[in-house]
Amino acid sequence: MLGRTANDLYWLSRYIERAENIARLLEVGYRIVLLPREGEGFHEEWRSTLESAGCLQGYVQRHGELISQNVINYMLFDTSNPSSIASCLAAARRNGRAQRTALTREMWESLNSSWLEFSAIRPSAVTSDSLPELLDWVRSRSALYRGAMLNTILRNDTFYFSQVGTFIERADSTARILDVKYYHLLPSSEMVGSEKDNYQWAALLRSVSAHRSYRWVFKDHYRPLKIADFMILNRQMPRSLRSCYDELTAALRDLAVFYGARHDCQMTAESTRDLLLEADIQNIFQSGLHEFVQDFIARNNKLGNEISAAYHFSD
Amino acid sequence: MVVPFDEMNGFGGEVRAPYKAFAEWLGVQHLDTLRQKTAEAEVLFRRSGITFAVYGAEEAGERLIPFDILPRIISAEEWRKLELGIEQRVRALNAFLYDIYHRQEILKAGKIPEELIVQNSAFLPEMIGVDPPRGIYSHIIGVDLVRTGENEFMVLEDNTRTPSGVSYMLENRETMMHLFPDLFSRNRVRPVENYPDALLKTLESVAPSNLDAEPTIALLTPGVYNSAYFEHSFLADQMGVELVESSDLVVVDGLLRMKTTEGMKRVDVLYRRVDDDFLDPLVFEPTSLLGVPGIFDVYRSGRVTIVNAPGAGIADDKAIYSYIPSIIEFYTGKAPILANVETYSCREADSLKYVLDHLAELVVKEVHGSGGYGMLVGPKSTKEQIETFRAKLVANPKNYIAQPTLSLSTCPTLADTSVAPRHLDLRPFVLIGDQVRLMPGGLTRVALKKGSLVVNSSQGGGTKDTWVLQE
Repeated sequence: MLGRTANDLYWLSRYIERAENIARLLEVGYRIVLLPREGEGFHEEWRSTLESAGCLQGYVQRHGELISQNVINYMLFDTSNPSSIASCLAAARRNGRAQRTALTREMWESLNSSWLEFSAIRPSAVTSDSLPELLDWVRSRSALYRGAMLNTILRNDTFYFSQVGTFIERADSTARILDVKYYHLLPSSEMVGSEKDNYQWAALLRSVSAHRSYRWVFKDHYRPLKIADFMILNRQMPRSLRSCYDELTAALRDLAVFYGARHDCQMTAESTRDLLLEADIQNIFQSGLHEFVQDFIARNNKLGNEISAAYHFSD
Repeated sequence: MVVPFDEMNGFGGEVRAPYKAFAEWLGVQHLDTLRQKTAEAEVLFRRSGITFAVYGAEEAGERLIPFDILPRIISAEEWRKLELGIEQRVRALNAFLYDIYHRQEILKAGKIPEELIVQNSAFLPEMIGVDPPRGIYSHIIGVDLVRTGENEFMVLEDNTRTPSGVSYMLENRETMMHLFPDLFSRNRVRPVENYPDALLKTLESVAPSNLDAEPTIALLTPGVYNSAYFEHSFLADQMGVELVESSDLVVVDGLLRMKTTEGMKRVDVLYRRVDDDFLDPLVFEPTSLLGVPGIFDVYRSGRVTIVNAPGAGIADDKAIYSYIPSIIEFYTGKAPILANVETYSCREADSLKYVLDHLAELVVKEVHGSGGYGMLVGPKSTKEQIETFRAKLVANPKNYIAQPTLSLSTCPTLADTSVAPRHLDLRPFVLIGDQVRLMPGGLTRVALKKGSLVVNSSQGGGTKDTWVLQE
């Protein structure tokens, strides 16, 4: 496989995953904004949504003030925002088109029709009523692409690089949500759980599609410690850092077997996974959740760079 | 105005034999059903991404070539004759290429004016003395045929460089089988789907001879913004070979290599879909940032095969075209089976005079033009257009050839308000390697505008599925 192909497949998966994550974040942000609350609370909500998505700086430069309609437009349609859903779908399709030969027909068709359908939407036609439906659609298109991939692709390097892209992106997203949203909620959780707090914790879990699975796993009310445990260390939760690293180490191990060679990236992924395997949520809190998550994000980035170098993504 | 030959109805009267079953079917179709099927076809094409980029436009500029759902049908007997004629022609073209890059016997014999070759920009002196595997220069040729009567098939031009359109031949068939399974059960249509397999076999058969392992093949594309990018990726995918851009290739230690996830890997056969000028900046186009520096040296040393060979374009040069009948006779010792269209070479004084006197009846083309640009269709032009063209022609007669305006055959086509005859041509694709492989069919291009004779997609042309019937 060409190094350029591996690079494009990796980023294609990342963009598809990112579009889904952005849709989920927007969905949650929007629900919270709808919640009756005092004063300017919605500002804080949009700020943390943009920050979790890594879009805050770009937004402020472009629009300044936090206004719901502007935030939604910026995250959905603004092509000057590299993480907007429009940008993600266009970039995914561009990479897919460049690597048409590596994709199965089902993968390409889902990618292509997502882009075509999304391009046909006029931003002005998106109202608060139709927004949830549109966001649902984005998630279902992402699911369709991954489903097409899982069902039709050969289990070779094409598959492994796609998996790696998906789970690096997902790990990054979950970590950022923890670092921003979770963090914001913590102070208020010291107080007696009000309705609103409960609602916010549910929303946080919703942003990783885990508000119902939490109940099934813990059979308990939302408790900050357990939520953090669920999002970081739980091996059942498919968007937890631990799950992402289970998948990453598996895909990287498969790549090493496929090519008959191990590189730094395999070592790095395994050491991060071992860390998650052995960690204890109490200890993480004692030594600082923020530090833990920042360290994780840095490791995750380092892994991305090592993969790029090991497989000649660009040289 | 002469009534053109119609593929279904001939010059009027009874439905022609190959169209019998189809005509019965067509007779009971409602226009609305046909329109709906056309819409379905468009959805299928869009989904598969079979678009072509319009030059200068980015993603927004991807267009579909219009597809007409009514097929063009060729009988087994007609095809047999075309097959013989095409095979004779492509063998002669390759013999000609070998000759002019070696001993130039044909020039010595005085069959072609020497200056027409040596001063031609499509002739590459760098290729003199190079011996490509099996002596083949043009491995993939598209032969553009037109028809004017029951037995009158003529070659309008040859495409010996990087002919395109074969993906449309394949996708058109896929779409038709999807939309009209019933129609295929009533007609015994010969399949074309094994083209990618035949192409792969052809490419393998011309690999450098001294390899230890199976040859590694790659397809070189200019990139996603090229108008034929879909076809490049489609063919690479169907053959299971890497689709590379020039930045993926590098010459190391006298070998062509591609940059893979496991480091550098040797490439043995390069099916290039880029022009000669963009192959090797060291040899052909020093100002180009594209291309693979040093690739031509690797080629010359026989350690990579480039398909089609650099310099193969001299065989489809419009200035050479009028000499093809004598080229065929010279190398095969036989008369051409397929005729050329009568052609006036404006470089010759007599011809120029005739052309200037008959501009309103002729089609005049630039020697190096393509895609239907830079041509004059006399009968379809205003006086003013003709006079403008006359000035260009007088200023540089060598740059032009002229042909009579042919009454191209027509075929029933779904038009705005009815099924109506529209003019068309045919481009069969032929592969030349260890053997000559010709797909039964090809790309039928159709001028969708009433009365129009220009079938190029850039000028409002569409395509049809082309059926060759089993005996």
